[in-house]
Amino acid sequence: MELSGAEILWECLVREGVEVVFGIPGGANMPIYDAMLKYPVHHVLVRHEQGAAHMADGYARASGKVGVAMATSGPGATNLVTGIATAMMDSSPVVFITGQVHAHLIGGDAFQETDVTGITLPITKHNYLVTRAEEIAQVVREAFYIARTGRPGPVLIDICKNAQIQKTEFVYPEKIELPGYKPPRTAPVAELKKAAQMIKEARRPVILAGHGLLISRAYREMQELAHRAHIPVAMTLLGIGSMPASDPLNLGMMGMHGEAYCNLAIQNADLLIALGMRFDDRVTGNLKTYAPHAKKIHVEIDPSEVHKNVVVDLPLFGDLKAVLSDLLPYVEAARHDEWLEQIEVWRSDSDSRDIIYWPDDGKLYTAHVIRSIWEATQGKATITTGVGQHQMWAAQYYPFEEPYRFITSGGAGTMGFGVPAALGVWFTDKSRDVWVIDGDGSFQMTQAELSTIVQEGASIKIAIMNNHFLGMVRQWQEFFFESRYAATPLHGPDFVKIAEAHGIPARRITKPEEVKDALQFAIQTRGPVLLDFFVEMEEAVYPMVPAGADLHDMIRRPMREKSTA
Amino acid sequence: MQHTLIALVENKPGVLNRVASLFRRRNFNIESLNVGHTDRKDISRMTIVINSDEVDARKVEANLYKLVNVIDVHDVSTQPAVIRDLALIKVKAALDQRAEIANLASIFRGRIVDVAANSVIVEITGTEDKIESLVELLRPFGILEMVRTGQVAMLRGGYEPVRHIPGAGSNGHHPEEMLEMD
Repeated sequence: MELSGAEILWECLVREGVEVVFGIPGGANMPIYDAMLKYPVHHVLVRHEQGAAHMADGYARASGKVGVAMATSGPGATNLVTGIATAMMDSSPVVFITGQVHAHLIGGDAFQETDVTGITLPITKHNYLVTRAEEIAQVVREAFYIARTGRPGPVLIDICKNAQIQKTEFVYPEKIELPGYKPPRTAPVAELKKAAQMIKEARRPVILAGHGLLISRAYREMQELAHRAHIPVAMTLLGIGSMPASDPLNLGMMGMHGEAYCNLAIQNADLLIALGMRFDDRVTGNLKTYAPHAKKIHVEIDPSEVHKNVVVDLPLFGDLKAVLSDLLPYVEAARHDEWLEQIEVWRSDSDSRDIIYWPDDGKLYTAHVIRSIWEATQGKATITTGVGQHQMWAAQYYPFEEPYRFITSGGAGTMGFGVPAALGVWFTDKSRDVWVIDGDGSFQMTQAELSTIVQEGASIKIAIMNNHFLGMVRQWQEFFFESRYAATPLHGPDFVKIAEAHGIPARRITKPEEVKDALQFAIQTRGPVLLDFFVEMEEAVYPMVPAGADLHDMIRRPMREKSTA
Repeated sequence: MQHTLIALVENKPGVLNRVASLFRRRNFNIESLNVGHTDRKDISRMTIVINSDEVDARKVEANLYKLVNVIDVHDVSTQPAVIRDLALIKVKAALDQRAEIANLASIFRGRIVDVAANSVIVEITGTEDKIESLVELLRPFGILEMVRTGQVAMLRGGYEPVRHIPGAGSNGHHPEEMLEMD
């Protein structure tokens, strides 16, 4: 059957199970959009391509399926770049499809021509420039395979306009051959036994649970390992949800804004079992003093991550689910009561500093607002965030019992991720309770997507932690630049009016006693709602390990009298 | 220490750019890079020389593996290998100096491949050391121009190109644990 390149593209997308794509049409991808009308795929028209990228990313993170975003050539494609880099840093499977000028015009600086494969080369897992219709089926098949297997990541397909229009015989490639692409599957038995022996000999073990556990859907195996060998679990920002927050072995988040007892456990451990995490500088602090007494086992599918930052004693290469399933039979039951008691002592010190126990002083604290959202949603919402203080507070004060419910930009730290990502999450399951916990700075970066939310009729609740500052930068200025607030105060617009201009019901909250009511209003209102919380302007996220400092060298929250109520 | 890596790559447009971009992106310094055909049309071969410690060499290897178009990587630095470099050296040569230059070249199994009124071109193949020695001996005559290919390398003896995981196990070879293509 003869089809146009554009039709072949959609045939392939449908076969890959694509149900929704996010994008904007333009000169160089119009044939793709024209052909789209014949296929059962829902298209979400975004207001800026960055939004499309984050939506596809949010969709992918929440569902494990490959997200798809589309843009035209030139500025359309370059607007995707931040979103592509975000997906790359957090290993999110997204296929980006961009239009490109006619093949015979390439290199001639044609209108809206940009070297998109060149620009995205270091921020994609792989990318393709397609100049002929005959290549499309093969390339799409490969792109989806590469995006979702091994260590997932974004793949970009740049399709020349002539290739979209040309007609050719459509043959769906049943097989693909990538001689240079063979991700490791599992580790050899001898090394699994070595790992089991190290676990058996450990007296103060800690599991470092990373994003890989969610990507590989291996969190149950990790929980089994933790319970059987009685090992406490510290999670990375993106590993949150791999261990239920209420589990007694859960230590919460590690790293720069991790719980003090969690970081102390890592620093005093004699064995670290790193699962699908990459020892980012935000979780290790100073590498020279990082977990100095610990032997390290590193289970990782990407060999280039092993020994990259932290030299480990035993690397196990493979897919986490396979490696952990194969490892479990060799792991013996054990107890580490003394070790856990020690951690409890550290924990009680942290609790006594916790802002949650502060008495009501009439001020609105972000941490309290987030805890109220947690109560109002019974801890069952899916939360997306921007980047900054509100993101760290969300990680600290919205405990998650389930995986795939905390969707946030970790490695890239992309402000503006929250709102578009939430729409992507909503498309994975429209009955899902989706909340954006955003900052006033982050929110404004992709605020335009409010219209997209309205156009799609998406029921998304947006809670802005409005401190009228670029809060995290302000905090660093307070701590490290003698409170000189260079370019951090934000004289923001009236978010309630902005919401109302979009037809979104909205409220402003300025006092603690208004919080519960506002949250009930958001929950009971159908469709999107925006809540603008005027929170304390100069509150800081604690504890904090300054960049490059030792992990145990934390700035702690100043002590205050606890609530007696 | 110097590490010599052989990379078999798919012969496709842009692959050299991917490799070069990787070195820039990860801040690795290339000493020399040679690309050429193999006996198979669809596969090219790169010989990459880097100055680095063992840890960085492993990082380079692992990162090369991440490129979808890279089929196989081998660090041949510690294995018996034939390593060759080719140089063309244009030397100032008056009539009465030609014989002496030809003589020097032949000691190094080089040869004169072009003769002009006031210069000759010497061609020499060999290890880096050997070429360097000849260059030093020719320098007093006056070197007008020089070009070198960079090293090419091949392991001695039988060699089955098996993909391995850098850093895994003692020899790193366990192909049975690889993911099957769907």
